[in-house]
Amino acid sequence: MNVPPSSDDRGGAAQPLLIVRDLKKHFPAKGSFWSLSRDTVQAVDGVSFSVAKGQTVGVVGESGCGKSTTARLLLHLIEPDAGEVIFDGEGVGAPGGIGVRELRLQMQMVFQDSYSSLNPRATIADIIAFGPRTAKKVPSKQAHDRAGGLLEQVGLQPSLFARRYPHELSGGQRQRINIARALALEPRLLILDEAVSALDKSVEAQILNLLADLRRDLGLTYLFISHDLNVVRHVSDRVVVMYLGRIVEAGDVGGIFRRPSHPYTQALLRAMPSMDPDRRTEASLLTGDPPNPINPPSGCRFRTRCAFAEEVCARVPPALQDIAGGHQVACHMMVPGSGHSRAGTICAGHD
Amino acid sequence: MADVSTLQPIILPDTSAGAEPRSYWSTVGERLAHDRITLAVGAVLLCVILLAIFAPWAATHDPLQGSVMRRLKPIGTPGFFLGTDETGRDIWSRLVYGGRLSLICGVTPVALATLIGGTLGLVAGIGGRVVNMAIMRVVDVFYAFPSVLLAIAICGVIGAGIGNTILSLMVVFTPPIVRVTESLTAQVKNRDFVEAARASAAPLHAIISHQILPNVLGGMLVYATSLVGIGIILSAGLSFLGLGVTPPNPEWGLMLNALRQAIFVNPIVAALPGVAIVITSLCFNLLSDGLRSAMDIKLPS
Repeated sequence: MNVPPSSDDRGGAAQPLLIVRDLKKHFPAKGSFWSLSRDTVQAVDGVSFSVAKGQTVGVVGESGCGKSTTARLLLHLIEPDAGEVIFDGEGVGAPGGIGVRELRLQMQMVFQDSYSSLNPRATIADIIAFGPRTAKKVPSKQAHDRAGGLLEQVGLQPSLFARRYPHELSGGQRQRINIARALALEPRLLILDEAVSALDKSVEAQILNLLADLRRDLGLTYLFISHDLNVVRHVSDRVVVMYLGRIVEAGDVGGIFRRPSHPYTQALLRAMPSMDPDRRTEASLLTGDPPNPINPPSGCRFRTRCAFAEEVCARVPPALQDIAGGHQVACHMMVPGSGHSRAGTICAGHD
Repeated sequence: MADVSTLQPIILPDTSAGAEPRSYWSTVGERLAHDRITLAVGAVLLCVILLAIFAPWAATHDPLQGSVMRRLKPIGTPGFFLGTDETGRDIWSRLVYGGRLSLICGVTPVALATLIGGTLGLVAGIGGRVVNMAIMRVVDVFYAFPSVLLAIAICGVIGAGIGNTILSLMVVFTPPIVRVTESLTAQVKNRDFVEAARASAAPLHAIISHQILPNVLGGMLVYATSLVGIGIILSAGLSFLGLGVTPPNPEWGLMLNALRQAIFVNPIVAALPGVAIVITSLCFNLLSDGLRSAMDIKLPS
């Protein structure tokens, strides 16, 4: 029923499915009507990463750090101010590349709020069939038949669910519908924007298992946005850590969780609840809220909450540097000769 | 809300795998079919409309032909079972014929206003800041006038007559419909399911017709239906003031005006056109209530 993923594979296995370069979005801040200030909220400020085919890349960070904005920028639901999105080697909106429409047919999103993301006045079958019917001009009958197949694929019996309305389902069932809807266009990349965050733990586990099965069966690639570090650790191959619209650390899941190198990542991991009584949750290094994104701190954006902040941190924004085999960190302490007194001495991680 | 269906799957009566896909509007239809009050109200309204349409057959006398010999006969007079008016014309026949003009004056302006105001509201709700500002600020100007005064003023300027009554009432009804539609659209537009529809590469017209309209049309229709009653009363008011339908044409508001002098002689007969207005506008209001609950599919039917 589903096209094997390789038939669409234009760039070859080595070509990353998604490359994001220097993505930027500054929203005008809401001032009073008469204020002349041109303040902007720097929601996403120069984000670059790539997603290899078949991988799951986790994006973590506190709320307001630009995770969801990044997701919407990737799908061009919000127009980026600057930056490139390259899907399977083809620039989106670039000359000779693919258009936003083609991109959306291959990149779909599952939203956090399972209720608000389903049309309350449409039956489940209509909701799933909408995309294929309108975007791909699939005849209604065929689209509905396929909706039944998709319902089965996400573990819901079509005869019981196709004719029902979203409010008649539970949160977990609705999130399955959301996944079926996203899969209806046969995408290659699925953005999961806090897709399991609103669910009970037991339901969350079911949905995560479903996602793992689908990834294996359909050869999907996931961009998994979450604030839940345990879940991200469980599902991801790579992890990207964001802070105030910038990436502070990125790397393989093992590297990030075993040797977190950015003070922010270290603080996040310390705040992570643990089931192991010998490894009790330590007091977090983080205090207070993230600074106002309208006037973010100069230099390193984390310096106002960082225990190791020095003069150079206020002056120079640290660049994302490769420290070992794809493990990238944006911190002056990682760069010998950066001017930071601890530069070059790898700061202590968890182990 | 503890919904049992979230705990265990309810086996629907028709679980055959090949069951016809149902749409939202067919569900609304099913729900209306089970709503006895709305069905009864609909039947009454249908009678009123049929009587108006088939007035030449339903009427027992010529509505314009009076006789000084039989002025202000009471209800139950042989041959004139609802009595006669101040010039001896048969009340029943005049009510039946008057229904034509009253219904036209009540329904047409609302229908036109819904079409125009609904479109403007949808455009204002979906469009950007500039479009929204342009449409809504013009609407605000109309809001500055009390609706009755505005209707009177327009009719006073362009003159009496049915066409002008319809036109002036349409102008009065359009701004509130624009505002209702705009606020409904703006609410729906920002919901995640519209964003999901955009993300599915669907063209704009499909998003409007499949995602936005079904969630806006309900509230819009309910509001419009409730305006029909007001329309009938306002047009009656215009006729009463001599700005709407001109005598001797039968129209409920005009009849009420003419029979005003007879209120002490034959109060029940004098009140009959008012009763017709009340029944009709009450029916439209009840119908809009029924529509509202049928369209809110989260309520049990």
